[in-house]
Amino acid sequence: MAQSLTHAETALPADWRDLFALTKPRVMSLVVFTALCGLLAAPGHVHPVLAFSSILAIALGAGASGALNQWYEAGLDAKMKRTAGRPLPAGRLDPQTALHFGVGLAAFSVFLMLFAANWQAAALLTVSILFYVIVYTMWLKPRTPQNIVIGGAAGAFPPLIGWVAATGSMAPLPVLLFLLIFLWTPPHFWALALFVRSDYAAAGIPMMPVVAGEPSTRRQILFYALIMAAAAIAPWPLGYTGALYGWCAAALSAVFVALSVQVGLRRTGEGDRMQPEKRLFAFSVAYLFLLFGAVVADHWLIA
Amino acid sequence: MTDETPPEPFDEAEYRRRQRSRANLMGWILGALAFLFFFITMARMMGPK
Repeated sequence: MAQSLTHAETALPADWRDLFALTKPRVMSLVVFTALCGLLAAPGHVHPVLAFSSILAIALGAGASGALNQWYEAGLDAKMKRTAGRPLPAGRLDPQTALHFGVGLAAFSVFLMLFAANWQAAALLTVSILFYVIVYTMWLKPRTPQNIVIGGAAGAFPPLIGWVAATGSMAPLPVLLFLLIFLWTPPHFWALALFVRSDYAAAGIPMMPVVAGEPSTRRQILFYALIMAAAAIAPWPLGYTGALYGWCAAALSAVFVALSVQVGLRRTGEGDRMQPEKRLFAFSVAYLFLLFGAVVADHWLIA
Repeated sequence: MTDETPPEPFDEAEYRRRQRSRANLMGWILGALAFLFFFITMARMMGPK
């Protein structure tokens, strides 16, 4: 698609809406929310301006990662229905603009974090951007079906960065929240991969359903959902959160596991509409929002 | 040396529109950043986080 760009189209300056779309705003909303919860659940008081600036830095870092991911994967995105309309494969933006935008935004986000918070948070933000772009996008994603298992660490950084921005140090609770997102990523992405499997196969991306087949992916979704549920509830018995969070985590995780059992034990035939997989995918997003909301609510109630 | 193939014509009005909208947006962003950096400096000067 990008090759069919005419001289006239490339000569036009990029529209700001396309630059905004490059930052994957929907993914960014979850990143911002989990980072904010990490920051709000931290002990002590953070000046509102510094809290806002830290969250802005994390959002810009996530946007930069998204832009660099789309720059690198423009060729693959063109082969998939779900992503063919993005600015680069659709030919509305030239790759060099996307690369400059991504690198510039990444550098600025780290600088802002350094200025508004501390060097520890800026270092973690740098690691998360590099991990997502180099380790996940360039190295793991095109090579192994374990791509999103290991790459899930990139998406797990925000609450950790939020906490470190507020305190300047690490603690067990944000590490458990990191672990929670890390274990949440495989069932979340594999549920999606099950119903867009043909897209991934067409692009040659070795996602689990493409390489190991559906039955194996379904079993692994169930496995990860079970250990994720244990990790989600763990902060309560370990004494890092109160009962409010504990009960919310138990109830939400029970629903998550129930939906995963439905997906895990199912066999599909031709023309299946994949409704349980779509339900699990949609619930997994709500699950993370509600669980992190519960962390903050619990912290404020105890405080 | 001259280029044999003339450049394809493009929509001048669209070019101007995009240039103007990006310039406007950049102006707002730079203004907002100036305020943000001022307030960050004030917040840091007011004491420990």
